[in-house]
Amino acid sequence: MTWAQSVEAVRALIRRAANEILRVPGAAIPGVLAPTIFFLGLTSVFGALDHLAGFPAPYKDWLIPVSLLQGAGFTGAATGVNLARDIEQGWFDRLLVSPAPRPVILAGLVLSAALRSLIPAAFLLVVGFAIGVQWPGLDGLVITLLVVMGMGTVAACWGTTLALKYRSQSAAPLMQAGMLLLVLTTTAYAPLALLTGWLHTVARYNPVTQILEAARQGFIGGVTWGDTWPGLLCLAGLLAVLSGLALRGMRRTAV
Amino acid sequence: MTGTDLRVIVALGARSVKQTFRRPQLLAPIVVFPSILLAIQTAGAGQAVNLPGFPPVNSFLDFMLAGAMIQSTLLAGNSGGIALAVDIEMGFTDRLLAAPISRFGMVLGRLAGTAALSALAGIWFLVIGLIFGAHINEGVPGAIVMMLLVTLSGLAFGGIGAAVALRTGRASVVQGLFPLVFVILFLSSAFFPQDLLTGPAATIARYNPLSFIVEGIRDPVISSLSWEVFGKAIGSLVLVGAIGIALSSLALRRRLRMGG
Repeated sequence: MTWAQSVEAVRALIRRAANEILRVPGAAIPGVLAPTIFFLGLTSVFGALDHLAGFPAPYKDWLIPVSLLQGAGFTGAATGVNLARDIEQGWFDRLLVSPAPRPVILAGLVLSAALRSLIPAAFLLVVGFAIGVQWPGLDGLVITLLVVMGMGTVAACWGTTLALKYRSQSAAPLMQAGMLLLVLTTTAYAPLALLTGWLHTVARYNPVTQILEAARQGFIGGVTWGDTWPGLLCLAGLLAVLSGLALRGMRRTAV
Repeated sequence: MTGTDLRVIVALGARSVKQTFRRPQLLAPIVVFPSILLAIQTAGAGQAVNLPGFPPVNSFLDFMLAGAMIQSTLLAGNSGGIALAVDIEMGFTDRLLAAPISRFGMVLGRLAGTAALSALAGIWFLVIGLIFGAHINEGVPGAIVMMLLVTLSGLAFGGIGAAVALRTGRASVVQGLFPLVFVILFLSSAFFPQDLLTGPAATIARYNPLSFIVEGIRDPVISSLSWEVFGKAIGSLVLVGAIGIALSSLALRRRLRMGG
């Protein structure tokens, strides 16, 4: 396959995923609804935490990047669920016997997830700004959306790996729970200094903490390169590991 | 209620419990998900106990234990509804309808299973709470009151799940209630003291029956048993249970009239 043909194959897979949004609009609802409910709910429930000494910003500003990453995680995991469905129904076998190389198929799947993750992000941002979330600045917004797309891709790689391993939609809870755990075991609820017990240690070493801080910086203060590069580096690392696993799964999949 | 009815309820309840243990996707929302959230929220928002107005507690885990239990019972009700809808989709309910057993026993059997699962989940949270340092102020009698309220909660919320399953007959619709469970939870004092909630949630939580139920479960942990709090919890459970059973009866009657 030539380079141009590979790009066309990736575009075709992205178009197929986009068609799914138009033809089954209900399928996008959980990815949009769940993080929005969590954002509004947790803001109401734990909102008073911002009265604690050392809390740097209003709680809704603190929480919105968490919900954005959650939305990306759910949307990316949905790619894994859709792939499992395609495997169950035999459509994926037809894709595998096509001349498209495995990396091209994987690229089509995960890039569609990156684009789809912008849907819950857009909805959440509208809701957030409507209830008074601070405008992160254009640079802050661009970094946040970049990080959201990156997390959507990470989640899609994770979902794809599991879909190829279990070949069943029943693995869906594992795909979603994995991403939820990855996002929540960070400074999701409070700054590192205010976290207690095991979470303080886990959040310190969880790479998503850095990714979250990069997405959060514009909402709680100014954007700096110093707060950005660790997040981008961790995102690149996660992408390298998980896309490697997904590709390994693809290569091991026989028709 | 005859002896046969009782045997049917026990048999269907036992089937419901076994079914849940055989399907991890039904068990996970009842035990795994609330346990993960309990662990993360306890450590993530643990400093909340230092906020002015937070009731005196030994630790945030003491406060959160009731929230995790009630979350689990709500999700057990939802899972019970999903399992009932699957039975309808697969034709198992039609076979039951053709059997010489009471219609009431059929629904009550499913609810008994949900109540039993809630009780088991309650014991699970009590045990992990005690392992991780929770302190039940009222000791063993307090734990018994908690288990009683958790079991009755499963019965009451199971009625709502069963009503939706009987009305729609579709598992996907009952599964769609999952986000609603969290809306109800966030609009109550399940995870935070009522006086420290912000926005509209603060007002809604004041009247949400779930707040009264969760306060009833929490009372023996962080305070002392009070008849007033217990009475409000039981009253709220009776209200939710009555709504669930009434809606289930209506939905079952409609299903029988329409021919399953």
